[in-house]
Amino acid sequence: MQWTPGLEHYLAVSFVLFSLGLLGVVVRRNLLVMYMCLELMLNAANLALVAFSRFRADLHGQMLVFFVITVAAAEVAVGLALLVALYRQRRTAHVEEVSLLRL
Amino acid sequence: MSLPDLLFYVFAAVALVSGALVVWNPFSRNPVNSALALVVTILSLSGLFVLLRAYFVAAVQVLVYAGAVMVLFLFVLMLLDLREEARRRVRWATVVTGLAAVGLVAGLLLRALWLSGPGEPVPAVGVEGTVRPLGRLLFSDYLLPLQVMGLMLLVAMVGVIVLSKRDLP
Repeated sequence: MQWTPGLEHYLAVSFVLFSLGLLGVVVRRNLLVMYMCLELMLNAANLALVAFSRFRADLHGQMLVFFVITVAAAEVAVGLALLVALYRQRRTAHVEEVSLLRL
Repeated sequence: MSLPDLLFYVFAAVALVSGALVVWNPFSRNPVNSALALVVTILSLSGLFVLLRAYFVAAVQVLVYAGAVMVLFLFVLMLLDLREEARRRVRWATVVTGLAAVGLVAGLLLRALWLSGPGEPVPAVGVEGTVRPLGRLLFSDYLLPLQVMGLMLLVAMVGVIVLSKRDLP
């Protein structure tokens, strides 16, 4: 085993972080925590992109990270506004109580 | 082992542990603790970005994520009173199926990594993710995406204002 961190090490961290975020989205039922786990997944993808950018000596990966961060910021703003609107209507942030569209 | 190598392991460990705490905190189920753990994750990821010489992305990560996005999260958390969530029981069927699904995905990813063979050595002439080369790229190759991104932020802002009005149309 090689101890100097290479691309594989960064990718392994990114994969584990992504899996943790996915686990949170699947398991947790609080909408806010689910949003946070989405952010975790986006951050894991960013880490993979930056690692590839470094090890292939190509700056385009970092540009993509830049855009991902922008989209994530907009997504959080809209999502949290939706959440506040939902909370005003239904007094809950729990996904299992938001079942108006269920047959 | 040199200092940057050691720092990689420190930052990676902190990121993974606090990432696990976002998902599952054994001591409390208060969402505020998840948010604070997420801040720690984001800061240590920014440290990893510095190790990867993506200095500008690391700065943006701290400013936008740890600054703006997490403040927004904490603000909404304080605005809504979510104390009753802590008393909810966990359904074990959900946890088991979730763990199984995530285990499959993680196994797939790690197998792909395992099969990919040894990576290329670190290029001697690495790129430095400082402001100058990134700005050059942003305002030449990525000019149209940049404009689209600005428009998208405007749309998001207008949408948020409309959604937060007291009387929804």
